[in-house]
Amino acid sequence: MSHILDITKEHCPMTFVKTKLELAKLKEGEILEVLLTEGEPLNNVPKSATEQGFEVLSIEHVEGSTHKVTIKK
Amino acid sequence: MPETISNKQKKLSLIAFSGDFDKLTAVFTLATGAAAVGYEVNIFFTFWGLDAIKQKKGRSFIGGNWLTKLFGFMMGGISVSPNSRFNFLGIGPKIFRYLMKKNNVATLEELVDAAVALNVNIYACEMAMHILGLQKGDFIHEVKDVLGVSTFLDISDGGQTLFI
Repeated sequence: MSHILDITKEHCPMTFVKTKLELAKLKEGEILEVLLTEGEPLNNVPKSATEQGFEVLSIEHVEGSTHKVTIKK
Repeated sequence: MPETISNKQKKLSLIAFSGDFDKLTAVFTLATGAAAVGYEVNIFFTFWGLDAIKQKKGRSFIGGNWLTKLFGFMMGGISVSPNSRFNFLGIGPKIFRYLMKKNNVATLEELVDAAVALNVNIYACEMAMHILGLQKGDFIHEVKDVLGVSTFLDISDGGQTLFI
C-alpha cells in the first residue's frame, strides 16, 4: 500500500518532522511517496531516511522544483 | 568490530536556560529537527527555560509562597514568553507568530507538539524548581524526570551539548 505526503510547502524542521511521523505510522513493507522541493529537503530527507534504516526506492523529478522520493519502510 | 560513531545513535542534548520566545523557538527547532533525522534528543530545562514546560501556558500564581507565586505570575508560561529583542511589551512575539503562520513556518507551540510526538526527552532542573517553588505536577505530563547536573551530564555524555 502506498501513502503520499506533500511537504513542498513546509520548511525546516517540519519537512523532516512530518516525514518521520508519517513513516512511523506505516507498517513494514509499506511505501511512502514524499513530494518535496529542491535544496535542503531533497538533499537531506532521502539521506536521513536511509540513515534510519528505510529504503529509498527512487527519486524522480515531477515538475519545476518538485521531486518525488519513494521510501519503503 | 569496535563501535564507531556511524553505527551508534547520534545524540543532541540542549540546556534550555532562556524563557525567551525566540530562544525557545531555537531550542525546539533544533530538538525536533535532530529527533526527526534519528538523533536521541534531551532537553534540560532550567531557570527561565522552565516557563516553556509549565502546564499553565499563560500567567498564573504558581509557586510555594507569596514571593515565588508572584515570580511565577511575572514569568508566566510559554504563550506569554517575551522576545529577547524587540519585545515591545509583548507585541514582538505576537508579530513573530503572525509572520511564522503567514510564511508557513511552524510556530513555537507546533514545535513543542512535534517534540512530544518525536519522543524528545524532556527534563526539568531540580535546583531551579526548588528556588522557584515549582513541583513536577506544575509541568506538562511529558516531563520525563526531574534531574540534577550530575545525571544530566551522564545522559548527555558522548553527544553534542548546546546551551541556549
